[in-house]
Amino acid sequence: MIRENNGCHCQQASEQELMARLDEVLEQYKHKPGALIPVLQMAQGIFGYLPEVAMKRIALVLSKSYSEVAGVVSFYSFFSTIPRGQHLVRVCLGTACYVRGGARVLEAIKQHLGVDVGQTTPDKMFTLEVARCFGACGLAPVITIDDDVHHRVKANRVEDVLAKYREQEHEPARRKP
Amino acid sequence: MPTLTIDNIPVTVSDGATILDAAKAAGVRVPTLCFLKDVQAIGACRVCLVEVEGAKTLVASCAMPAGEGMKVKTNTARVRDSRRMVVELLLSEHDGDCQTCNRSEDCELQALARELGITDVKLTGERAERSKDFSTPALTRDTAKCVLCRRCVTVCSQVQGVSALFPQRRGFKTVIGPAFCGQLSEVVCVQCGQCGAVCPVGAISERDQIDDVWKALEDPTKHVVVQTAPAIRAALGECFGMDPGTLVTGKMVSALRRLGFDAIFDTNFTADLTIIEEGTELLMRLKAALVEKKPVALPMFTSCSPGWIKFMEHYYPDMLDNLSTCKSPQQMFGAVAKSYYAQKIGKRPKDIFVVSAMPCTAKKYEAQRPEMATDGVPDVDVVLTTRELGRMIKQAGIDFTSLPDGEMDSPMGMSSGAADIFANTGGVMEAALRTAYELVTGRELPFENLHVAPVVGLEGIKAASVTITDTLPEWKFLDGVTLKIAVAHTLANARRVIEQIRSGQLELHFIEVMTCPGGCIGGGGQPRMTTNEVRQSRINAIYREDEGKKLRKSHENPWIKQIYQEFLIEPLGEKSHHLLHTHYQKREKV
Repeated sequence: MIRENNGCHCQQASEQELMARLDEVLEQYKHKPGALIPVLQMAQGIFGYLPEVAMKRIALVLSKSYSEVAGVVSFYSFFSTIPRGQHLVRVCLGTACYVRGGARVLEAIKQHLGVDVGQTTPDKMFTLEVARCFGACGLAPVITIDDDVHHRVKANRVEDVLAKYREQEHEPARRKP
Repeated sequence: MPTLTIDNIPVTVSDGATILDAAKAAGVRVPTLCFLKDVQAIGACRVCLVEVEGAKTLVASCAMPAGEGMKVKTNTARVRDSRRMVVELLLSEHDGDCQTCNRSEDCELQALARELGITDVKLTGERAERSKDFSTPALTRDTAKCVLCRRCVTVCSQVQGVSALFPQRRGFKTVIGPAFCGQLSEVVCVQCGQCGAVCPVGAISERDQIDDVWKALEDPTKHVVVQTAPAIRAALGECFGMDPGTLVTGKMVSALRRLGFDAIFDTNFTADLTIIEEGTELLMRLKAALVEKKPVALPMFTSCSPGWIKFMEHYYPDMLDNLSTCKSPQQMFGAVAKSYYAQKIGKRPKDIFVVSAMPCTAKKYEAQRPEMATDGVPDVDVVLTTRELGRMIKQAGIDFTSLPDGEMDSPMGMSSGAADIFANTGGVMEAALRTAYELVTGRELPFENLHVAPVVGLEGIKAASVTITDTLPEWKFLDGVTLKIAVAHTLANARRVIEQIRSGQLELHFIEVMTCPGGCIGGGGQPRMTTNEVRQSRINAIYREDEGKKLRKSHENPWIKQIYQEFLIEPLGEKSHHLLHTHYQKREKV
């Protein structure tokens, strides 16, 4: 569906469509034990973050309380309850990345994007987060942008790395559910 | 059956027993905090650490199974230092305004600090974020006092099947609370207060309304009456150091009189009234189903327990018709006090101020439901829990234990033994059967000492059947009918029964549900801590109270006969409909 929005014809699914996709996921998982975390991951893939309406639907269908769902969501830093930008930048600050300059990379990205950790750029292009180890310590320092892993990132090259994603502005974000 | 030694004392315990069990059997006290017998043994707080010979680290005795040949030391320097460190760390994060905390007298953290010889808190540093929650009518929360023991979480999810409280966030930032550290009113909570009943500190408590009662008592324009729930007479004494299960009915009446109430009445009176109304309602539903072949909601559930009502409204809104329309005895009392009694003494409804003393926090919630008012005047004005009443008596400087026995006032202080047993699981069912069976057959309920043995006791779900024969002519349609009944306490058990009914596994006519473990005697407003032994002691006391009465059936209560003659005219009549019955509302599941 193409939604008209201030003359901009971006391909954006309505909340209703996103909820329908969530319901498909829930239909598949509702009788499986231990479904909560995978369903939350998929919901975040669908919505880009976890809106209250999605978490409440998940609670309802999986017969969990909203407090329990919220407890799981707020436990894992991977889950976000605030809308995120088109591209998600994660900087690894695990031990190996840290000693090989992860903090300097983070600082450079902060400077370049003008946001702090957990924030989204005003143009809704990038959200910056930190992480503790992607399991790619041999490639340290590592950052991920959406599903892409960038290794041996240098602080003075972050601009080039991010520029490529800016150009993809009109393509939907590639992010695994 | 492993044999082990605890501090060189040999002891043999049953398979599956923990080191903590073994220590207890050996007569050795190991301090605990997060552990809660029959509910939780997760080794989270590390207060119960002991040394096991050959083990690399100290072990949490509440969670570690006792093993053959184990040599356990509970009182070494290493153990003492570790336990002390654990509690010092807890204290360093704890908002210790002990002087003004309502748990000052029975705080488990305070007691532990004393027991472990901690005389000052040396550790300082960043404190967890604090928040207070006054969003619900029954309960208040203060996370700065929380020790993260998770007892409330376990009770809410495992015992009640509600999970309003859950650990939020992680690590140092962990908060035990509703979704995203919000307010209790934002999530499904039935206000049963079992969280507060198991809280070791002052983090979850009943909303304190003592001052509202003092204010009413000092208001010369108010005629202040008090009603006492059946369950509190077997527990109030515990607030004054008496043993669980000590019956203090007479002392309670004397204390209330000294507090200055204008009339001292009994919720028991309206428990008897409930039996007449609810029993008639059941028989009418059976008649509609069996004789008139009308579609009618069966099985019928009792409706005395407000946490249970709220639970049904949230989780089974399609079964609200199965709930008896009877208001709870507390609300019936308020409605009758402000109509029948008000007329008798020549007062207007709004000049009567009704105070309830209840074992329950959900009663505070129930009293302020919009349905629980008659012509804009609330049936009940203030609800005090047993604990609050205990505190109020202390505030008044009354030496409770030395009080003489007093007598309730008439007409609404008079009750049968059937009303007493409303206090415990199985009691409402038994009381209903004592009346309904006799009404239908003209004969006494054929159980020894009138106790319906299959529904007595702490088993979570109990069932029985009673076959009705040789009925009186007007109840001919019930001749040969086997009445199938069940009793459930705790909401998790109630949910099991409902699911079995919905799946067709269970076919029943009448079901009693009480929200709290053991029934009202184990209510969220009762003196802490309520273990199964305490529950059993209180239940025994309640049955003693019942057996000690001349009148043991609700329909024999002459004051109930009188209220029908003078005022209500007939069960389920127009006045009853207006004053004693109610309706329920559908609520969201999440």
